[in-house]
Amino acid sequence: MATSSRFVASLRRTALSPRASPCIKRIRPVTQVRWTGSTSATSEPHQPDAKGTVKGGPAPAKAVKFTSEMYPEIQRNSKFTNLSEEHVKYFKDMLGSESAVVESFSKDASEDIEPYNSDWMRKYRGHAKLVLKPATTEEVSRILKYCNDNMLAVVPQGGNTGLVGGSVPVFDEIVINLQRMDKIRSFDEVSGILVADAGVILEVADNFLAEKKHIFPLDLGAKGSCQIGGNVATNAGGLRLLRYGSLHGNVLGIEAVLPDGTVIDDLLELRKNNTGYDIKQLFIGGEGTIGIITGISILCPQRSPAVNVAYFGLESFEHAQKAFRAAKNQLSEILSAFEMMDGRTQKLLNKATGKKLPLEGEHPFYCLIETSGSNTDHDSEKLQNFLENVMETEIVSDGVVAQDQTQMGELWSCREGVSEALGHWGGVYKYDLSLPIADMYDLVNDVRDRLTEVGLVGDDDSHPVVDAVGYGHMGDANLHLNVPVRRYDKEVEKQLEPYVYEWVQKKNGSISAEHGLGITKKPYIGYSRSDTMIKLMKQIKNLYDPNGIMNPYKYI
Amino acid sequence: MSGLRILVPIKRVIDYAVKPRVNRAQTAVETANVKHSMNPFDELSIEEAVRLRERKVPVSEIVAFSAGPPKSQDILRTAMAMGADRGIHVVVEDKDPQLEPLGVAKLLKKVVDEQKSNLVILGKQSIDDDAAQTGQMLAGLLNWPQATQASKVQVEGETVTVTKEVDGGVETVRAKLPMIITTDLRLNEPRYASLPNIMKAKKKPLEKKTLKDYELDAAPRLKTIKVTEPPPRKGGVKVEDVDGMISKLKELGAL
Repeated sequence: MATSSRFVASLRRTALSPRASPCIKRIRPVTQVRWTGSTSATSEPHQPDAKGTVKGGPAPAKAVKFTSEMYPEIQRNSKFTNLSEEHVKYFKDMLGSESAVVESFSKDASEDIEPYNSDWMRKYRGHAKLVLKPATTEEVSRILKYCNDNMLAVVPQGGNTGLVGGSVPVFDEIVINLQRMDKIRSFDEVSGILVADAGVILEVADNFLAEKKHIFPLDLGAKGSCQIGGNVATNAGGLRLLRYGSLHGNVLGIEAVLPDGTVIDDLLELRKNNTGYDIKQLFIGGEGTIGIITGISILCPQRSPAVNVAYFGLESFEHAQKAFRAAKNQLSEILSAFEMMDGRTQKLLNKATGKKLPLEGEHPFYCLIETSGSNTDHDSEKLQNFLENVMETEIVSDGVVAQDQTQMGELWSCREGVSEALGHWGGVYKYDLSLPIADMYDLVNDVRDRLTEVGLVGDDDSHPVVDAVGYGHMGDANLHLNVPVRRYDKEVEKQLEPYVYEWVQKKNGSISAEHGLGITKKPYIGYSRSDTMIKLMKQIKNLYDPNGIMNPYKYI
Repeated sequence: MSGLRILVPIKRVIDYAVKPRVNRAQTAVETANVKHSMNPFDELSIEEAVRLRERKVPVSEIVAFSAGPPKSQDILRTAMAMGADRGIHVVVEDKDPQLEPLGVAKLLKKVVDEQKSNLVILGKQSIDDDAAQTGQMLAGLLNWPQATQASKVQVEGETVTVTKEVDGGVETVRAKLPMIITTDLRLNEPRYASLPNIMKAKKKPLEKKTLKDYELDAAPRLKTIKVTEPPPRKGGVKVEDVDGMISKLKELGAL
């Protein structure tokens, strides 16, 4: 078979748009090496890969300010013990293997430790001097017990791809990284239930499932780095939520370790289980504040063999809403994603990456639709009818349909590549909000007007703000308001917060749809939750983590 | 001269992003329920034909042609959405004997005669058989000049100048119409089929024919005895640390 020409053929397009790395990820056959697609290191200069090594150039992390300096109002809690050499020795003896401990006590290992200390957005940076990489649940349990007994604060860490600073330390917390727990434990082809360690990389899990004609019910741009344990701990939403629902429904069981070392073995493989409080739900989206997830069992749907992708240009946000309604109506069960990007994001994507956009001319809004089903003919017919309908009724002004897998990947990269491209100018203020669909885009306009009025927006270096843009999972009423900036600036922050949160509160939205709270949104939870709710949450935190060693200074 | 009458033969193949699998009987590659698309080199041919017209080269007609199963219609529609004016589909059912390059070339010769084409742009090879013979054979049968592996095509009046990438550099050749061109990767970047064009393409004429219409005996001369997958790549191993790696390398005799 023509492997060579196939390979070259796929290179042709990628060579012409070398920065479209997400598309390469999507189409990459499972046999290839996981990291070949991640060529774009510009905006993720020090994101650790699966081995914990740093890709990209030499650590520009020096430019990232310490969180403790940026936010002097956060003070180190004096009840936590200062880490000593004795502690480090204890962990070294316990974990044995040299690769399981990274520390900058006995030697200068600050460069090795840097990737664990800061997030990929270059917004937060901690002072951790010790990183532990346990390989078993038993080791996690012993580590936590020791930390709890000695009042040592910890930060659980997965792929460290979070957007709210939840997975990096603030002060000298010990980082517990789960990358060495990367085994798939079992998969049942009849029920579609996968049981795996928390440190399995999402893309690895999905590739494994692809071989078995199943699909991981979660997909997101960072899939090549993020770990499924972290996905569950943050209740990540992503691109497939519209079709497969949230992790609260798909995760059937978890294995987790409480701060006192207790192992919760609740790795059930049952779809129905009405026996008492559903404790695992507290860990899903708990962001590592009451325990560390070490394994999950998750329900995985059958993979759809027939997938189609279309990309539209639309005149206004109104039209995007109409298109969404038409899609739900006419594509119904085969609709698997409906994504919205405003024209500005696509222009910035083009500027940052040089990627040629699929449509000629400019449109104020763009939508990406994916259908997946089991029968190509049936799906194509439905899609054709839908496309004809939206063209004839002038809901969409222009559009393209992917004719092959590579084009599918290219179209998806117009959406998936946005987040990374916006970081091109230096930084991004990101807001991840749930809002009523009809009002969703008004916020972006309001924020842009507000920033423009005070003269913060401009085309040159004297203005910190590049633009205010919006994109997101329209199907889930989830807007990503992004403000790409040339530098993080207190003045910009003052204009944005609490303005954005107040705006969302007025619309009864949520200030954190899928990104979580972390350190970024901790102070603002009151905009979306009542005092009673917050009180209940604090009670839970205190119940499971009475010493407060788990991921301190964050969440609630 | 009234303008170019371009014929672009295209083939429906397993999508190049899909990993092909051999069927159980080891007689062929599994094609059922596998994503198919237009052979990528043929996409380049269509694109080049359309670009010639856009560059104001006088083009009176672009005809897309395919011989294959009923579903080859889909790629003909795609070709028309990209800019071909009409399509001809010679239906060859999957159960019928499949065409070999010589059979295709003979068929194409008849189509060229019938359509009075004076320029045929073909992909240099199809990614499923990798034969890379059809263009050359067709040139031989027609006794026309051929320029293979084109990376640039220029047409001025009756003269066609083609740049082709060869080992160690580029070669530029020139010939008079009528002629055969086969396309290579760097020729252009095919466009997306836009929605308005997909809808227009539905109304463009698509002629359905059979091999009988061309009175062609295209019985295969070769018999496929066996199809096997390449031997699987051996997996690597992970080592814990540098010492582990060194001892592993020693064990394997690499050090």
